[in-house]
Amino acid sequence: MHPETYKPPALPSPFSTTTSPPSLITQGAEAHLYKTCFLAPDTPAALKIRPAKAYRHPILDRRLTRQRILQEARCLAKSLREGVNVPAVWALDWEGQGGESGNGGAWLLMEWIDGPVMRVVFERWEKFLKRNQGSLSEEDVAGEESRVRGLMERIGRAVGGLHKSGVVHGDLTTSNLILRPFVGGSEDATTGEGEGEGSPSMEGDVVLIDFGLAAQSAQPEDRAVDLYVLERAFGSTHPKTEPFFDSVLKGYEQSYKGANVTLKRLEDVRLRGRKKSMIG
Amino acid sequence: MSAAVETLNLSHLPLPVHLALFQDVHNAPFLRQQLISGNSDFEYALIDASMILSRSHALSAVFRAVNDSLNGRLKSRNVHSEIVYSLGATNNIADSFRKFGITDSTKNLLVVKVSVTPDITHDSVAAHLTQSIEGLPAPFTDESLSGVSDISKIKKAYKLGALSVAAVDTTNGTHAQDRKLEQSVLGAIALRGAT
Repeated sequence: MHPETYKPPALPSPFSTTTSPPSLITQGAEAHLYKTCFLAPDTPAALKIRPAKAYRHPILDRRLTRQRILQEARCLAKSLREGVNVPAVWALDWEGQGGESGNGGAWLLMEWIDGPVMRVVFERWEKFLKRNQGSLSEEDVAGEESRVRGLMERIGRAVGGLHKSGVVHGDLTTSNLILRPFVGGSEDATTGEGEGEGSPSMEGDVVLIDFGLAAQSAQPEDRAVDLYVLERAFGSTHPKTEPFFDSVLKGYEQSYKGANVTLKRLEDVRLRGRKKSMIG
Repeated sequence: MSAAVETLNLSHLPLPVHLALFQDVHNAPFLRQQLISGNSDFEYALIDASMILSRSHALSAVFRAVNDSLNGRLKSRNVHSEIVYSLGATNNIADSFRKFGITDSTKNLLVVKVSVTPDITHDSVAAHLTQSIEGLPAPFTDESLSGVSDISKIKKAYKLGALSVAAVDTTNGTHAQDRKLEQSVLGAIALRGAT
């Protein structure tokens, strides 16, 4: 498919008739993400649409779409109630348009989270290190490392908080974590600018996003797999940060009782990979 | 005194919505009776404002009800009763009306009217409310709503009483608490009826 000719599927009601049409941000295999607003034009919102899949039997398709959008909304709502930093659920349509005969198109409207994703923060940081390899003193390097360790520890705490609430994320990568600048924070942090300049800001809240594969679980196995997937993500996308992954685990360990059981299990998972059952 | 009706176009919805807040209402039993007898002149969502946290809280229920109405999924008689029903966190219509609807002792009243037909306008709603409701018009703002809302009753209605206090970042104090309660309530409204 040519990206320039690609047209996303028609928006479901009520977004098909709106006077302020949502703009497409990104798309995955299962869903399209739009930026729009909720109730008033000045309240930004994220709209996740799961379009119907024509290759599936319509009844099965509706059932799967409905199950998945509800699962995502429930996990978000539950973690929010438990005080985890996640987008709030504002509106939801799990039936899709037109009920039985409709073309599906379940959607989930959430709070918009401002700020760069961690992948971008770490990429900038790695570039900054590389560019200034020669000029940084030993002290500077140590300072930079401790900043990154601090951020990674906060990431560990965020994941721990999520697990404490009884939810596992299912797809923890540095693209599914946003660094939301504090209100009234520094220019660099709020605009997400500063590309090519100094070391990126690491101030802000760690917010977890994309609960498309999340589930409610308190199993050490599921929790350990979450951590394992995150560890692999750091290792493959940000090699320079990999040596500091123990900071994530340190933050995680302090975040809830029972974290040590999960960390113990993580050692098993590392040896065999994330698939426990050898089926599929 | 004329009613302070606010007319809004909620994002994405094709129908304008009229809202008015009243304090010190004296004729709640009369108004409730009109609803019960099905007097079509009084087809409003009459909401006990002490059960409303904020503008967003009320407007989310309106959004859900109007959207369900546009998709032909009303569970109750009309879009106005659906607004009251949408405020509740359960599938029990009577229960939602008991908790969020007008009662004989209601003093603070939020009135919502959706322009389901073109002859329902800001002026027609304002005129009818002015002559029908014996109470003091108040602006439909977060400030006036928070002044009358009964937080503990609201928490109870949404089963959010055990909302963990410790987990919240205490640096932002009560403001963060209020916001978290509000956001949890919006989630409950959006998820109602999900099986």
